[in-house]
Amino acid sequence: MTSRPIKPWWQAGPFAAVFLLFFIIPLALVVMVSFWDFNEYELLPGFTLKSYLSVFEGCSHLTETGDLCVTLSTYLSTLKFCLLVWGITLVLGFTVAYFLAFHVRSAGLQTALFILCTIPFWTSNVIRMISWVPMLGRNGVVNGALMGLGLVDQPVEWLLFSSFSVVLAFVHLYTMFMIVPIFNSMMRIDRSLLEAASDAGASAWQTLWAVIVPLCKSGILIGSIFVVTIVMGDFVTIGTMGGQQIASVGKIIQVQTSYLQFPLAAANAVVLLVTVLMIIWGLTRVVDIRKEL
Amino acid sequence: MSDSIEPQNTALQRRTLLTGMAGILASGMAPSVHAQEKITLRYLGTAVNQDKEIAEKFKADTGITIQYVAVTTDDVTKRAVTAPNSFDLIDTEYFSLKKIVPTGNLKGIDTKKIKNADKITSLFTNGTVAGKAVGDQGTAPKKVIFLEGEKSKVFAKAPTQFMSLIPTTYNADTLGIRPDLIKRPITSWAELLNPEFKGKAAILNIPSIGIMDAAMVVEAMGKYKYPDKGNMTKAEIDLTIKTLIEAKKAGQFRALWKDFNESVNLMASGEVVIQSMWSPAVTAVRTKGIDCVFQPLKEGYRAWASGFGLPATLSGRKLDGAYEFINWFLDGWAGAYLNRQGYYSAVLETAKAKMEAYEWAYWMEGKPAAQDIKSPHGDLLAKAGSVRDGGSYEQRMGGIACWNAVMDENEYMVRKWNEFVAA
Repeated sequence: MTSRPIKPWWQAGPFAAVFLLFFIIPLALVVMVSFWDFNEYELLPGFTLKSYLSVFEGCSHLTETGDLCVTLSTYLSTLKFCLLVWGITLVLGFTVAYFLAFHVRSAGLQTALFILCTIPFWTSNVIRMISWVPMLGRNGVVNGALMGLGLVDQPVEWLLFSSFSVVLAFVHLYTMFMIVPIFNSMMRIDRSLLEAASDAGASAWQTLWAVIVPLCKSGILIGSIFVVTIVMGDFVTIGTMGGQQIASVGKIIQVQTSYLQFPLAAANAVVLLVTVLMIIWGLTRVVDIRKEL
Repeated sequence: MSDSIEPQNTALQRRTLLTGMAGILASGMAPSVHAQEKITLRYLGTAVNQDKEIAEKFKADTGITIQYVAVTTDDVTKRAVTAPNSFDLIDTEYFSLKKIVPTGNLKGIDTKKIKNADKITSLFTNGTVAGKAVGDQGTAPKKVIFLEGEKSKVFAKAPTQFMSLIPTTYNADTLGIRPDLIKRPITSWAELLNPEFKGKAAILNIPSIGIMDAAMVVEAMGKYKYPDKGNMTKAEIDLTIKTLIEAKKAGQFRALWKDFNESVNLMASGEVVIQSMWSPAVTAVRTKGIDCVFQPLKEGYRAWASGFGLPATLSGRKLDGAYEFINWFLDGWAGAYLNRQGYYSAVLETAKAKMEAYEWAYWMEGKPAAQDIKSPHGDLLAKAGSVRDGGSYEQRMGGIACWNAVMDENEYMVRKWNEFVAA
């Protein structure tokens, strides 16, 4: 046996081991537990579809109060946030990256501005989120200003503990995840292509659509994957900014684990994982990431 | 204070060191470092009960270190069930026992080794206050406090020598209100869902406790009378959750809260004017200089109690140390400390001995404060002349309507609660 064919295996080995230990095995355990039964204080190994049935219980009809079942309405609300946040962070992130990549000429200033974008990340996620509460509250800074200017005579209630505040916090927290990969792919665009477009008589808008956006696809996709997976799994931001009144899949899982209902939580986690994988699969159908990179 | 403790402490250490040396010389064995080490007890509980000063005072008194492991109420149960070797002493609520005791992870506490065991308040042992029975709906401590034996997995019907938990702190919860923003008397739990407070009410988002508050409201509204609010049938859970969903859809709630600080912030910022609340949270709002009342209501209180338990695997010096801590805890200093925070201590007699007469009169007898009342940290809690919300110990604890509980239909309840959150 020669050492040649073994070498690549050795090279892939460490990462494969990490992947196996911290991803595949835990995931396999979650899938396994989702088929177990449980009572108040212990897990009962076995095979039952009880947890999955309970996740989708009542989903074939509307509830007494005319709502969808918990799982569907939760996914619907989570997907709504996902879509809104994705759309807004994409537009914002693209604009900021575009500005940094094409309008700022000096490399030094570019780096400086880029670092400026990361400054908010020097404080913790949770603190940045919670600082919105005194801003937007009934007696908060924004309402104080609005009332002081005489624009409203009653505090604006929907600023806090609403879908608005949730989306705002998400956008504030995660736009950076769009900026970085998009900026990265923009920096790799050959500037002569832009000159060629301009020589061929394309307007700025046409250059953007026909040259820049297609060449940024991989960055957009990577940013989108970040944002989608974060928003789908989040329960802290939705909880804090939504006043704990807005359901999220993550929150349901968290409540179930805190009541030792691990099989139910595992079943929910598997459903969530499948949903997120389907979204990502859909995204990669639109952009072939391997070709683009 | 520390000046007087310091010399005693070093003397004590020197003395133990000498005894230790003598022991080694006598046995003729090589010195064992471990045998000399002071023990450390890992104390699992919620942050609220883990006071730095209690640990410091205990260490000064006995040389034993208390290492706090702070997690949430739900996580205490989770650790007790899944990782019983990760702590030496557990501080948990009585309602969690229904989940922990059947696992066999707790050791019955031998009351013969607890000096003040027979002085523990009758509220725990037989469910009475001043000779009168209080409400026992839900997981009342008297139902789960005794075990059949040291290694028993079942609760005893009648008092035995072995206790599941030795009570430490307890209290009776009710609604907190902002009288400055409500401007009228509040006397009933029904006010929580009164449309007058639309968009300005909040309820606790810990399902097993929140549903009890909701049940108090349903009863107060005259919609239904539960045989046992702490153990509802599926139909009763449906009814309770339906009431909550209707209110939520009508915009009644500004927010739901799940931890202490959230409830303090909601109240202090004026986001809500009425909400289910915990007594120390009301105190916290008040120390910010904002008027907040822990409002006694005619339907009574929802009570809770927590206590110390021992993991089944605990043995040797650590077990002795844990008993020493429990005995020390019931000996008065800690009890007085807790009483001054607005909780109640398990052995009233010893706590009284460590409190000033005016403090005892204010906190326990419902009398107007003869002088300013300060927290253990020295913050002003109440001015001279004011009276404690809810009055005396007997008035307040005598007014218990139900206890925090884990229902038989817990799983269904949690599912329905998620439905309320999703609605």
